[in-house]
Amino acid sequence: MLRLFGLLALMWTLAVPSFAQEMPADTRAATGGAQNLEDIMRRQEGAKIDDSFRSDLTGDPDVAAATTDQLGTLGGASDPDLWRALRYNAADITTQVRTPAATTLMQDGGMSWLSFREGPMLKIAVYLLGGTLLLLTFFYLIRGRLRIHGEKTGRTIVRFKAFERFGHWLLASSFIVLGITGLISLFGRKVLIPAFGHETFSFLAVMSKWVHNNISWAFMVALVIIFFAWVVHNLPDRTDLRWLARAGGLFGGEHPPAKKFNAGQKLIFWSVIVLGGSISLSGLSLLFPFEINLFGHTFSTLNSWGLPNLFGLNDLPYPLSPQEEMQFAQLWHSIVSLVLTAIIFAHIYLGSVGMEGAFDAMGKGEVEEQWAREHHSIWAQEVLDEPANSKENT
Amino acid sequence: MKSFLMALVALIVISISANLVLQKIDLSSSNASTSFGNVRISD
Ligand code: HEM
Repeated sequence: MLRLFGLLALMWTLAVPSFAQEMPADTRAATGGAQNLEDIMRRQEGAKIDDSFRSDLTGDPDVAAATTDQLGTLGGASDPDLWRALRYNAADITTQVRTPAATTLMQDGGMSWLSFREGPMLKIAVYLLGGTLLLLTFFYLIRGRLRIHGEKTGRTIVRFKAFERFGHWLLASSFIVLGITGLISLFGRKVLIPAFGHETFSFLAVMSKWVHNNISWAFMVALVIIFFAWVVHNLPDRTDLRWLARAGGLFGGEHPPAKKFNAGQKLIFWSVIVLGGSISLSGLSLLFPFEINLFGHTFSTLNSWGLPNLFGLNDLPYPLSPQEEMQFAQLWHSIVSLVLTAIIFAHIYLGSVGMEGAFDAMGKGEVEEQWAREHHSIWAQEVLDEPANSKENT
Repeated sequence: MKSFLMALVALIVISISANLVLQKIDLSSSNASTSFGNVRISD
């Protein structure tokens, strides 16, 4: 009998923990302050969780027991506290490794950066570049080549000096190579490796990286050249408003008057300068890792202006770990480059097949007088008023 | 055409010299994230 009771008692004590396990663990108290099922589910869905109950629980030296007491030598932080501190990059780490990011053992940004880069980023690239090419094709099919309307004179006037054309072609050729090698890097893992295999892509990737890193300097030099060569002709003025109001005469009507560069070209110029400058800066930050940190400071400034809240967003992340700086630099570099590439597609189209007579300006440096009168009437008049500038085409 | 070819030549010259300079000052982005010195492989 006594044995039977003993057995029952044993079964009861063994059964209690299994009851406890079946209890829904949906309150913080039920998990003893640890994360609960809800937290785990939300994290798996990729939803935001307030994990301050863990991230702040990294020990408190102020309540530490005296070093002579039990556990006093731990300084108020248990081992789990220490691991949590490592997890949330709050631990005070010293290391003999002298590289800038060596003391960050874990950082959260990596995962969202990776999933953005291999998902939405590639979609943005395809839609933006593909969409622009489609639009340009439609435009060509509907409007055809923009012709010189009037009778050609056979006379040409000088439009760009050799040095200006040199600067333009240095910019253009470096930009195109940078665009191709950049896209190879962006689409490597998701598209090129599956399509061509690791061996082929390895060769492509090594070559692309070398070319991309080193040609970047030519792009920056060219950016400076064309900035100084053309900035005076690209300051906005009143003729631009009239030009824009009539959309450059693109949809019928007379060509609105324009100086050396019309408003559309000024927009291209400033896009190239501003976006190209920004791409250069973020590119330098990627080329010299951890040396040029652009984002943490910017984010904290924007936060202090309350800009994110104005758009109903949360504050931008700050402070950033060194790795996160690099991740934001990479995203910014790619997205701004894609936007500029889309703009440049339109530019290349208009500078070549899209408009009769345009290419000669950069090819030979001289344009047909009638083209100049139609597209840049004010400039053409100024040039023609100086008789030395017009010459018979032989 | 001549300015275009000149630009191509400049492109190549700038790229190769940039690479030489970067190598000379021993700047490689992979060095920034790995440590070569003082690695203890085993006891
Ligand atoms: C094969 C590619 C390209 C062709 C055929 C081309 C053609 C031209 C032409 C014909 C002009 C002179 C327009 C005029 O006479 O008013 C011009 C100007 C210009 N190009 Fe290009 N270009 C190309 C690539 C690029 C690239 C890649 C960039 C910059 C990243 C660029 C930036 C500019 C700028 C800023 C101007 C002055 C403003 C303007 O005319 O819009 N070009 N280009």
